[in-house]
Amino acid sequence: MFKIEKRPIPSGKWNWGAPVVAVLLTMVFGGALFAVLGVNPFLALEKIFYEPLFGEYAFYYRPQLMVKAAPLILIAIGLSLGFRAGIWNIGAEGQYIIGALCGAGLALALYPMELFILLPLMVIAGAIGGALWGLIPAVLKVRFGTNEILVSLMLVYVAEQLLASMALGLMKNPEGMGFPGSRNLQQYPSAHNAEIISGTGMHWGVVAALIAVIFAYIVLSRHMFGFSLRMSGMAPRAARFAGVNPTRMVLICMGISGGLAGMAGLFEIAGPAGQVSIDFNVGYGFTAIIVAFLGRLNPIGILLAGVLMALTYIGGEITQSQMGLPLAAIQVFQGMLLFFLLAMDLLTNYRFRPTAKEAA
Amino acid sequence: MGTPLLTLSGLTKAYPGVVANDDVSFDIQQGEVHALLGENGAGKSTLVKMIYGLVSPDSGKMTLNGAPFVPASPNAARAAGVAMVFQHFSLFDALSVAENVALGMDNPPPQGELATKIRTVSDAYGLPLDPHRTVGDLSAGERQRVEIIRCLLQDPKLLIMDEPTSVLTPQEVEILFKTLRKLSAEGTAILYISHKLEEIRSLCDNATILRLGKKVATCIPAQKTAAELAEMMVGTSLKPPKRAADVSSSEVALHVSGLNLPPAQAFGTSLRDITLTLHKGEVLGIGGVAGNGQDELLAALSGERLCAAEQVRLNGKPVGNLGPTARRRLGLLAAPEERLGHAAVPDMSLTENALLTGVTRQAFAKGGWINWAAAKGYAERIIHQFDVRTPGPHVAARALSGGNLQKFVIGREVLQAPHVLVVNQPTWGVDASAAAAIRQALLDLAAEGAAIVCISQDLDELMEISDRFAALNEGRLTQARPAAGLTIEEIGLMMGGAHGMEAAHV
Repeated sequence: MFKIEKRPIPSGKWNWGAPVVAVLLTMVFGGALFAVLGVNPFLALEKIFYEPLFGEYAFYYRPQLMVKAAPLILIAIGLSLGFRAGIWNIGAEGQYIIGALCGAGLALALYPMELFILLPLMVIAGAIGGALWGLIPAVLKVRFGTNEILVSLMLVYVAEQLLASMALGLMKNPEGMGFPGSRNLQQYPSAHNAEIISGTGMHWGVVAALIAVIFAYIVLSRHMFGFSLRMSGMAPRAARFAGVNPTRMVLICMGISGGLAGMAGLFEIAGPAGQVSIDFNVGYGFTAIIVAFLGRLNPIGILLAGVLMALTYIGGEITQSQMGLPLAAIQVFQGMLLFFLLAMDLLTNYRFRPTAKEAA
Repeated sequence: MGTPLLTLSGLTKAYPGVVANDDVSFDIQQGEVHALLGENGAGKSTLVKMIYGLVSPDSGKMTLNGAPFVPASPNAARAAGVAMVFQHFSLFDALSVAENVALGMDNPPPQGELATKIRTVSDAYGLPLDPHRTVGDLSAGERQRVEIIRCLLQDPKLLIMDEPTSVLTPQEVEILFKTLRKLSAEGTAILYISHKLEEIRSLCDNATILRLGKKVATCIPAQKTAAELAEMMVGTSLKPPKRAADVSSSEVALHVSGLNLPPAQAFGTSLRDITLTLHKGEVLGIGGVAGNGQDELLAALSGERLCAAEQVRLNGKPVGNLGPTARRRLGLLAAPEERLGHAAVPDMSLTENALLTGVTRQAFAKGGWINWAAAKGYAERIIHQFDVRTPGPHVAARALSGGNLQKFVIGREVLQAPHVLVVNQPTWGVDASAAAAIRQALLDLAAEGAAIVCISQDLDELMEISDRFAALNEGRLTQARPAAGLTIEEIGLMMGGAHGMEAAHV
């Protein structure tokens, strides 16, 4: 038999090896799943991982990759700060929706005024909206000791209802002939989060995501705030002893992660999505949780993980349309990734030792 | 008396670096209330864990009703009629009393039947408890009743109770004692673990006293005074104090007055009306049995818990409402008892841990931006000056042995030239040479004019380094008395709860 024992120090090798092994295991078991579903697993994996990057239509998929990866990365960076401090914001999806609604609401209210700084104002409104939505569970936690996991998650459903109400009511396009959904912001030049360089998928959200990665990296490695954050997560009592105020930490982390999620929502609604619609949100807020962990809660790791996850989204669409794989199959595939990652994670801090048989 | 219910003979259990139990033997008769008395770390827990099948002894034998008793697991121990109520309850808040009881049983009867049984037992033993209430709504005393009833439903021959009164109000203690006496009258033996001397004197028929893993004596507690019991518990090997410097004339460095603090968490101890005065260059030793407010006092002094500004004064300045960082800036430093997770972050490197408290006074961060090279240099200085055995400052704190990490933690504070340093259990679990080095460092610091509060359960240590001595007892601090000339009996009384010396003649 084997015994699991704690390593004296975390294994640096496994810290980075675990995600790689997790991806490989996901390929093996995901491939098996595809095979059971009657699809050639090798072909499916090729379509997921190879085709979007180097296939015949890569010119179309590569920009898509950026468009999908940017919100994931932006949200995951925010979440990772909280996760590092032991603050579990599971409701980024809701903050994403509220951010989008606030920003879009501002634009729709000013329509059709052309204003040079409208998009920046929308970004700020989106960030504030998301931050406030994130602060609801934070305040409830510090005031009444509620569980932020539960509250933030439940607020996602509240946000979804709000989104539906907005799309069907207040923000509905008055010239939309009764169809649900708002005016299309893509047709409102001041509010449109357009591609910076045409045909690349590079919009302002991508820029914001990259800035967030760099900023988070520097703050975590060089600033006392990052240090306090890491202490809070690793040893809350020691953090308190060091002088970290846990209440403030909860508020700041939930505010930042909510704000970044809100910003991501705004970039999406003002850009690729274009309008407030019932099904505007597609789960970026939840997938970002996987991205954050897949990236070891490390900014650079999150950057890579976000791209990888975007790849599975796009690859998933390809397998869906070309091979008839159900959407659920690709979702299971993504779920496997997190599952294997968490399982492999054990090896960073623990190791297996064969146990000698002993008469207890 | 016929065959003893349980006999222990020569039980020995060693852990790496420490012999928890060394050749312990005693008997428990049927229906006897037997106290197991000893300081923290005396080996009480290990001993009962062996009886309850959680730990297997290295050597020695047990018999139950004359038959060899080798429980391989708590299940086996329960099957043989040994039940245990732990100090910390294992109950589910969201479930009802009956559901919780059912979870702890091997073959629970249906809920309705079980509720009736619970009612019967609770009536029979005077333990008022409604089986349908949710455990989350119960007081600590009621929760303990759930645990006790869970045990009683299995009809135990021996009931082990681990510090059962630490979470109870005096009224609840009365109820518990009535129950225990009734059980004992019906023939159930009780092994009662505690360090509360008066309780043991009033409840227990016999007491076995452990010190440093060895059995010191078995006695009839009612025939001994609290002071005699305390003396047996802590030993008489105290050395005379080496220091007798009179510093009472020098300036006051730290003054605490009328400090009351409710416990930060369930099962914590409230601080009650703590008053102390500490002079420059003085070492104040604070003794007391664990769990009497040591952690809480440290937190109140370090700034982890806040109070009214004037309740804590540092060099005359009110600091009670300031957090740890502000107090550090003013020169009030602390080193908590728990090295891993409180004084240091286990998974962080020594450099990062040096930064943890060093950042304030050593200016390792300008505008929040960390100067890692300076922090690393400081970690190296601590390692060098305090002889911390480690490959280097990049090593994670958890990789260090207890003694080495403790030297690092103490060194980290001492090298910051504090005006007042508060340490809790500075040499707990540390080998003798490291302990001597740490004590010397504290004395050197005091010689340079710093004032030191040393909270410890090691009386030898306190006598060795303190100028004055006070004891914590249920969150109250006795008046500090000059350490020189204190007798072991006086110390025992200060720790044992008799406030003032008039109560000495029990």
